[in-house]
Amino acid sequence: MKLELRDISKRFGDVLANDHLNITIPSGTIHAIVGENGAGKSTAMRIAYGFYRADSGDILVDDQVRDIRAPLDAIALGIGMVHQHFMLVRPMTVTENIVLGAEPGSALSLDVKQAAASIRALSAEFRLAVDADAVVEDLSVGQQQRVELLKALYRRAELLILDEPTAVLTPQEVEEFFSILRRMREQGKTVVIITHKLSEVLAISDNVTVMRDGRVVGNLKTCETSATELARLMVGRDVLLRVQKVPAKPGDAVLSVRDLSITTSAGSRRLDKVSFDVHAGEIVGVAGVEGNGQTELIEVLAGLLAESQITGSVTFNGRDIHQFDTRRRREIGIAHVPEDRHRRGLLLEFSLSENVILGVHYRPPAARGIASALLDEQAIRRRAELVIREFDVRPPNPALPARALSGGNQQKLIIGREFELPPTLLLISQPTRGVDIGAIEFIHRKIVALRDSGCAVLLVSAELEEVTALSDRLLVLHNGRIAGEVDPAQTSHEQVGLLMTGGHA
Amino acid sequence: MKLLRELRFPLLAVLCAFAVGAIVVLLIGDNPVETFALLLGSAFSWPDGIGYTLFFATPLIFTGLAVAVALRGGLLNIGAEGQLYVAAFATAWVGITFTGLPSVMLVPLCCLAGIAAGAGWAAIPGVLKARFGSHEVINTIMLNFIAVALVGYLTQYHYRLPGDPIMETAPISGAAHIPRLGTFVPGLPTRIPLNVAFLLALIACWLVYVLLWRTRWGYEIRATGQNPAAAEYGGISIRKEIVLTMAISGALAGMVGINEVLGYRYRYYDGFSDNYGFTGIAVALLGRNHPVGVIAAAFLFAVLQRGGVPVDAFTQRVSKDIVLILQALVILFVAAETLFRPGGRPQGARTKI
Repeated sequence: MKLELRDISKRFGDVLANDHLNITIPSGTIHAIVGENGAGKSTAMRIAYGFYRADSGDILVDDQVRDIRAPLDAIALGIGMVHQHFMLVRPMTVTENIVLGAEPGSALSLDVKQAAASIRALSAEFRLAVDADAVVEDLSVGQQQRVELLKALYRRAELLILDEPTAVLTPQEVEEFFSILRRMREQGKTVVIITHKLSEVLAISDNVTVMRDGRVVGNLKTCETSATELARLMVGRDVLLRVQKVPAKPGDAVLSVRDLSITTSAGSRRLDKVSFDVHAGEIVGVAGVEGNGQTELIEVLAGLLAESQITGSVTFNGRDIHQFDTRRRREIGIAHVPEDRHRRGLLLEFSLSENVILGVHYRPPAARGIASALLDEQAIRRRAELVIREFDVRPPNPALPARALSGGNQQKLIIGREFELPPTLLLISQPTRGVDIGAIEFIHRKIVALRDSGCAVLLVSAELEEVTALSDRLLVLHNGRIAGEVDPAQTSHEQVGLLMTGGHA
Repeated sequence: MKLLRELRFPLLAVLCAFAVGAIVVLLIGDNPVETFALLLGSAFSWPDGIGYTLFFATPLIFTGLAVAVALRGGLLNIGAEGQLYVAAFATAWVGITFTGLPSVMLVPLCCLAGIAAGAGWAAIPGVLKARFGSHEVINTIMLNFIAVALVGYLTQYHYRLPGDPIMETAPISGAAHIPRLGTFVPGLPTRIPLNVAFLLALIACWLVYVLLWRTRWGYEIRATGQNPAAAEYGGISIRKEIVLTMAISGALAGMVGINEVLGYRYRYYDGFSDNYGFTGIAVALLGRNHPVGVIAAAFLFAVLQRGGVPVDAFTQRVSKDIVLILQALVILFVAAETLFRPGGRPQGARTKI
């Protein structure tokens, strides 16, 4: 199916989200749409799916102008969409989820068997390996995504729009997912993938449309472009994709972890006798497939896993800190950038000012007076303005709620807050997840600068690229154990990947 | 601008409630304009209308604040009713027991007893939640029954005067009385029970505002209510905040006893609460969990309560139950905020019922 957006414009209040877009997606291709957050790529695709109505312009399906007023119209035409956040009913089975809204059978009876059979056939045709009878909440994220794909295919989608499909996947799952997309292309389906990861664009797409500030700034053949060119088009200036850093000059050990084991209250072992040191002035990276103990490692070091059973020792500058709570750890200079900024890192309804003091709100300079009872509004505002300035948070208004910021700016705010501590040890997890390229470059530079100023950094990232580029030493976690320590400059991604999945380098 | 935005939905909710209420009045067969004129008009006459309206508003300000503080902390305190009963009894008990004390000591002692009793009673579900994770809604409801039964028992079997046919305790010491506002305000007769507790309610609003938005403890309460995982990350003890928030909430609910016992009946009168604890939930929601909003909402509910009597007396068919209908409609429209917010979803869903 060929899809064409012709001269599409869409305005939200003062913001021109789409400015006279022209995008042609040829039939039977994989088409990537890239751009930074807020460039208007999701808006454009939501218009094609009938989620929004364009203010002007036409949508052409197979060269015919079509009036798509609602997602139902799009589905009837054979357009399917998989959203970044899955729209699945978790306690229901795969089959029930897929037929939801298009239930087979009569008004009174639901013909689940027939549906399950056709779902199995579809699953086999595209080798999705989804169990039609499984309950969704028991499935892994990657499997849930394939359920979403099946949902669209079941509704006879010829063209699939995928919004940031790889954001939630591990590197292995991404590979698997891409081979599914290639099989779909072989079967004549058209795939549109919205993303901001350039490596994926180059790996999977036939053509690529680059958007910036609501406009199309490039329609290119993937084989004729490069990551550097795409990044420049996206950001509007030259971007350093490589992290620039001088060799580390490690000092004394700041953090020493010995035989650290964690068993959750439910009895599952998350870390198993992990030992390592982090020295002043070095970045120690932790690579691993998500769910292999990285989350627990960082949280336990930040003092956040009180419910679990913890054995082993953790010393910080020679002091045993296993009794220290989160507040005490921050007081001695342990900063923490959490992996999930919405869950842990931010108070979304609070202003930027109020977010900037989280963790230090109870003591000067944020608090003043007897027993530091009162919040010092002026001091807080000054701190917020400082962080906003130093970390280029936009829009630079301390009174805005954190919710109003883009993901990248939220992340810069959190990192700025933690850098202001100032830290002796930085625990930083997924520093650039869901962050624009421009901001990624910025964050990487800040982390390296912090290292150069003598701070010890423990970095966890699911992005192999990131963790190898930033780290001075790299630990690989597998199944709660350290599967190996490698020199990231001397080790290929394949070797690290092998350790991550339990093989030997 | 921000104030206007905050006011928009509560005002719309009230207007919608009155619009639907007008239809109800029409269906019953009376003139809505006349009915509403009676309902609202009687509340603003001087001195009786205003005096009684503010008197009725006093307990609602306290319970509205109580619920609002809890909601800001992410907790739904449905137990203000029980807390205020226990507190009112404690206030009266001190007033009955320590009769030898002078006013300057007895009045503060009575107040503190009520505040402490309310805080303590509310802290029970707080501790249960912090320690065992049991839900505060269930436990506060349960404790309402226990509170009512407990103070009923104490009144009936231990503190009732022999031969008194009414379920009430002996009178408190005269030294424990607090002045009615008629004592200072020219033109306001002292028969109107509006008393110093009303001023205390306004002070409590100011204190709650300062606590929540100007102190580090308020920051911790609000942070816990907004996102417990982030609060924990910020070094805030969630368990401590749960107990603290419930205790503050209960203390505020407990201050109802000051108005009732020290300023109005001068004894504990069993079953005195006209659902103040539950109306407080509506007051908090309509007031958007803000002290100023709570004052306005409490005033509205007091106006309705006060206006029910003339509606009953001077209309052909409509009874004072129209007040209940209007109150229910207000709550309904407040809860249905999304109706007025096209395409939007309620923000901070955790703080809503």
